[in-house]
Amino acid sequence: MHIHFLDPFRPRLSPVHALDPRVKLVLALAYILTVALTPVGAWPVYFLLLAVILSVGILSALGLGFIQRRALLALPFMLAAVPIIFTNGETALFSFPLGTWTLTGYAEGLARFASVALKSWLSVQAAVVLASSTSFPDLLQAMRAIRIPRLLVAMFGLMWRYLFVLVDEALRLMRARAARSGQGAEAVHRSGGSMAWQARVAGGMAGNLFLRAFERSDRIYMAMVARGYDGEIRSLPLSAIGSGSWLTLAGGLILLILLLLFGFLLWG
Amino acid sequence: MIYAPAQMHIPDGFLSILVSAILWAVTAVVLGIALKRVGQDLGERQVPLMGVLAAAIFAGQMLNFPVAGGTSGHLMGAALATILLGPWAAIVVMTTVVGVQALVFQDGGLLVLGANIFNMGIIGVLVSHFVYRSFLRLSGGKRWGIFAGGFLAAWLSIVVAALAVALQLAVSGRSPANLAIAAMGGIHTLIGIGEGLITVGALAFLYAARRDLLQIDAPAPKGSRMVWVGGLTIAALLAFLSPLASSHPDGLEWVAEQNGFIDTAQSSLYTLIPDYVFPGISNEALATIVAGIVGLLLVFGVALGVAHTRRKKTA
Amino acid sequence: MHHSIEVQNLSFAYPDGHVALREVSLMIAPCEKVALVGPNGAGKSTLILHLNGILLAPTSKAHTTGQGQVTVCGMPVEEKTLGRVRAAVGLVFQNPDDQLFSPTVYDDVAFGPLYQGLPAGEVDARVASALAAVRMEAYARRVSHHLSTGEKKRIAIATVLSMQPEVLVLDEPTAGLDPRARRSFINLLRDLPLTMLVSSHDLAMVRELFPRMVIMDEGRVVADGPTAVLLQDEKLLEAHGLEKP
Repeated sequence: MHIHFLDPFRPRLSPVHALDPRVKLVLALAYILTVALTPVGAWPVYFLLLAVILSVGILSALGLGFIQRRALLALPFMLAAVPIIFTNGETALFSFPLGTWTLTGYAEGLARFASVALKSWLSVQAAVVLASSTSFPDLLQAMRAIRIPRLLVAMFGLMWRYLFVLVDEALRLMRARAARSGQGAEAVHRSGGSMAWQARVAGGMAGNLFLRAFERSDRIYMAMVARGYDGEIRSLPLSAIGSGSWLTLAGGLILLILLLLFGFLLWG
Repeated sequence: MIYAPAQMHIPDGFLSILVSAILWAVTAVVLGIALKRVGQDLGERQVPLMGVLAAAIFAGQMLNFPVAGGTSGHLMGAALATILLGPWAAIVVMTTVVGVQALVFQDGGLLVLGANIFNMGIIGVLVSHFVYRSFLRLSGGKRWGIFAGGFLAAWLSIVVAALAVALQLAVSGRSPANLAIAAMGGIHTLIGIGEGLITVGALAFLYAARRDLLQIDAPAPKGSRMVWVGGLTIAALLAFLSPLASSHPDGLEWVAEQNGFIDTAQSSLYTLIPDYVFPGISNEALATIVAGIVGLLLVFGVALGVAHTRRKKTA
Repeated sequence: MHHSIEVQNLSFAYPDGHVALREVSLMIAPCEKVALVGPNGAGKSTLILHLNGILLAPTSKAHTTGQGQVTVCGMPVEEKTLGRVRAAVGLVFQNPDDQLFSPTVYDDVAFGPLYQGLPAGEVDARVASALAAVRMEAYARRVSHHLSTGEKKRIAIATVLSMQPEVLVLDEPTAGLDPRARRSFINLLRDLPLTMLVSSHDLAMVRELFPRMVIMDEGRVVADGPTAVLLQDEKLLEAHGLEKP
């Protein structure tokens, strides 16, 4: 699992950062949906979609390098889709021997694989721009605006608040483990004992972490009750969406619909 | 590090729209029930507890250790959450974990978030609950029941969730069924051992330190039987479906094609619109070139504009 | 004129049988600043939890683990007065990471007023004035985990000031602060015009800020008097694990 426990939010002065988070969330989701709906092999549409997300990336002042580095996350998963190159289609493109077998790559399979890879890459860029240009509290407001249940939004908020606190605790535990696991100069075996033993140590630390979480939640509960918490989740009303934001939303959605129509018309 | 097959968070693009939509719908319904139950049955103390435990699961996922073959074992946490909180609250907690991972860390896609919540949050929890409760009842709440049940619940939650991922990939036509199921299933039977061992380690710690947290004698929460049956059904279904699907990949191919068929059917509606809507661009090659030029112009235009405003600001 | 805090013969035992308070009585007049000192486990925190009704004196039938009565600002602390009691007594816990549970500073300071049922405009005004009182106006949009301990402690005070309480009850306010943050925090406490009960191990701060001091040990109030006098009584201090600053 990749743990980028640092807050991905990068504050910048950019029109993308300044956009109403609700509009940004909806547009990001609409973009990903458009990417998903774009037919296999509609290369011009993929190209235009790429141009759109790159433009937004440039506008966001986050740096294309930063966005691409974070977008690499989805890359390993592509391995799962590689086999479809060899199992799908009729038009043989290439083949090479593999032991007693011969692997044949098909044009249709390749097109499908490339489409999946592109879809995945484009979508993750949109997600990166969203997360890096919107502070999490703003994202929470956006989630409330698109009618995600209050309790769930409250959970997201609490988890995010204590993520950093508990990750710090976990890091301290791991540092303490590392400080006590010496390794001989001529270590033949993997240091630190058997896998079961290591798992047990990790499990003990996890248990420790959970116990602290329980105790902390008791204290948080008291701090909430002391300020009048009664079990109901309350929140301040959301501000109105400005007309400029509505325009951006409408413009963005129209652009995406046009791209989609373009794809359907030519490659449907 | 071998990531790909060990990966449990599906990124966007790897499931077909139909599969994503169906799993979103199922997830929304189950999550709705879970939220309602949590709101009704559990005390107000539960809100901070669930939030902090979600953070603890996230933090706990960092406590990894090497497993065979270059992969590393780490916690998914569905089993632990289920054992500590009961199934309904565990579904909410796992949804929170998976949701924050997708939104903040791009670990898993947004359109396929429904599927990811379904795999890790719902299937993982239902199966864990079924196994753990069964062992607890069989052992009469004794030590061995807690630990054996905890281990098996954790192991099975991983394996079953992995098989679900494989099936979803196959049905979406993104990966051949026989390969995906063998790869995901095979590797996760190993990784599941890691999950099991960590879970038992954590349970042993809590058993010694705060036995009351394990809620051994606590009455099962409302709707628990339903969850138990659900867990049993899912485990049985996947155990039955997976070998079937991998030995008859054609069957799944068929599903995938139906699926693809729906995608095309939907789009062929648009092809009814006559070609002259875009006169002159009916030629694919030409369209590609035009799109290329338009795209490049867009990107360069934006880049120039941004550079210009920045220069003006610094000047 | 009623007392701000009036505790009479309060005894309390936790469900596990541990007796935390034994016949504690304590009166605090409006605008008095009182320090509560004593070793860990003396019952200070348990007493503090009673002042805000998180632990309830046994006036209601459900709580049979103790006896006595707690009255704050003229209201007996019981189930039906809880809402007003919690608005009247601002309780700040030791660890600011527990006190600040919301994503942003603004949300945290707004939490109390929101649960008091105030309209949005009023909540906004309350947040602004509470942050101004702790001189953290610029921090409203900040995210709590990016703050220093000293900043978190100030915000923690603001989270209860926004409820406009009559009494401020603080648990170990200077624990974990570096000397500079401690100094500015002490200045802040001196300037706040509220009744205060502060539990602390920091006797130097107690001497500086609090004219009156209450010593607790093993669940009892063992001394209650002018700080200047009690801090001279080395025998008393030593008997209860305290050290002259």
